Amino acid sequence: MKLDAMYQEIILDHYRNPHHKGLRDPFNAESHHINPTCGDEVTLRVALDPAGAELDSAATVADVSYDSMGCSISQASASVMADLLIGKTVDEGLAVLDEFTTLMQSRGQGEPDEDVLEDAVAFAGVSQYPARIKCALLAWMAWKDATAKSLATEKEGAA
Amino acid sequence: MTARELDVEAIRADFPILARSVRDERPLVYLDSGATSQKPRQVLDAEREFYEHHNAAVHRGAHQLAEEATDAYEAARATIAAFIGAQTDEVVFTKNATEAVNLVAYAMSNAATAGDEFARMVVGPGDEVVVTEMEHHANLVPWQELCRRTGATLRWFGLTDEGRLDLSDLDELVNERTKLVALAHQSNVLGTVNPVATIAARAREVGALVLLDGAQSVPHMPVDVAALDADFLVFSGHKMLGPNGIGVLWGRRELLAGMPPFISGGSMIGVVRMEGATWADPPQRFEAGVPMAPQAVGLAAACDYLSAIGMDNVAAHEHALVEYALKQVGSIEGVRIIGPTDADGRGGAVSFTVEGIHPHDVGQVLDDRGLAVRVGHHCAWPLHRRYSVIATTRASFYLYNSFADVDALADGIREAQRFFGVARS
Repeated sequence: MKLDAMYQEIILDHYRNPHHKGLRDPFNAESHHINPTCGDEVTLRVALDPAGAELDSAATVADVSYDSMGCSISQASASVMADLLIGKTVDEGLAVLDEFTTLMQSRGQGEPDEDVLEDAVAFAGVSQYPARIKCALLAWMAWKDATAKSLATEKEGAA
Repeated sequence: MTARELDVEAIRADFPILARSVRDERPLVYLDSGATSQKPRQVLDAEREFYEHHNAAVHRGAHQLAEEATDAYEAARATIAAFIGAQTDEVVFTKNATEAVNLVAYAMSNAATAGDEFARMVVGPGDEVVVTEMEHHANLVPWQELCRRTGATLRWFGLTDEGRLDLSDLDELVNERTKLVALAHQSNVLGTVNPVATIAARAREVGALVLLDGAQSVPHMPVDVAALDADFLVFSGHKMLGPNGIGVLWGRRELLAGMPPFISGGSMIGVVRMEGATWADPPQRFEAGVPMAPQAVGLAAACDYLSAIGMDNVAAHEHALVEYALKQVGSIEGVRIIGPTDADGRGGAVSFTVEGIHPHDVGQVLDDRGLAVRVGHHCAWPLHRRYSVIATTRASFYLYNSFADVDALADGIREAQRFFGVARS
């Protein structure tokens, strides 16, 4: 039975008791993502603390707040992601996203770096099910988008 | 019921794929025929036989193979036409049902610039196209797009809480402005079989055309276009034991004759000069390019296979399965059937939600046990919104499914409830 490998206890815990859930102020940008194959949705806000005078990718992720509807994998993934990214710089967060994306594309062959991914290593089993990879990535893609919007808005404002 | 009981074991022996196992040696329980059906050896053999002995581009070339291929293609058209009680030259081959809907929708917008003899199909501002809230996106988006292109207005029948069409405003919805009513014969989510005669009668009164999406009806029940009183019927080969890549548009002869082409190119022409071209008569007018002859031959073999069993018998078998499923699955605490809970006027798609478990997760547990079901919105997003659900799990039956398959489904749902800790007893 592969089911236990996919639905690890960490995933089910985050699903039942999601961390950082709910939309909060203040925030720099918001992003709404939908998985068109199943209709799952996430609305996600990013609040950034600038490192210097300008808001750039050295900024710290002060908050990630979200509202979402979806399966256990997408819900747990949003929760784990918020835990991971809050407190990191945008650059560090993007590096974690890269590592997570690589893991998701590994077809079950990936060797996740637990130092980087922490609880997100639990999603290794999901990579064996191509239909579920989008579920795991939904919140991450929304975070990436909201972060890009935050930085772009800053640039527009400066110009 | 005079229907002959199906010998499911004998039928299953014709479908090689049903003997395989999945996910760590679990026997496959295939409950996703609403998405696509499996194929019997007879269909696979017919396609192979064509390729091995008669393969050539049809309607081209004077060599023997070209003759044989053309004969096989046109004989397939005759078999498929007979299967739905149609005239042979009223059957147009398309890629699938979706393309068949688009063919009509594009013929309607192309009619605006095609000349007086195509005026019957012209739509524009002030005209209305009527659909239903239960449509598959394939019979919804092409009409939204047609209205966007032409300025016509899209209107729709709502649904009752029981999963039937709400016909209370039939006379208002279908009126003198209505050019076309497009509706599912049988819903791919709810299983509901729609009262086509009632709607067609009203359409006749106001001179509107009726297009039926038969993707979920033609494979599962006897369908006779002469009895249906519709103007167009579309369906897909792959959902009725046939190959992928072939669908059918049936249309009344005089209507097809009054429709400009959707896709143009080789084969659909009368005379071509550098300045312009004339069009062939239907059905060739709508079959540009080298057509899918091997798939047509395969689909004709599928029709023969179904006819030998008898569509009445197929329908009766599925009716018994759906009645059993509504009882076995519907009685599980926490399960909500989306669609009629009464097996009458209803086909073999059973969609449901399980309280506390997302359909993706239900599907994952079922998959782990070898059950193939569909999860998601099944290309009917507005329908799901109507019933305030994001997604559902759908089991859909066909002639090769057994009562044991339904039991396996019910067991799998209970296992999902145990796994996610939402079982209540």
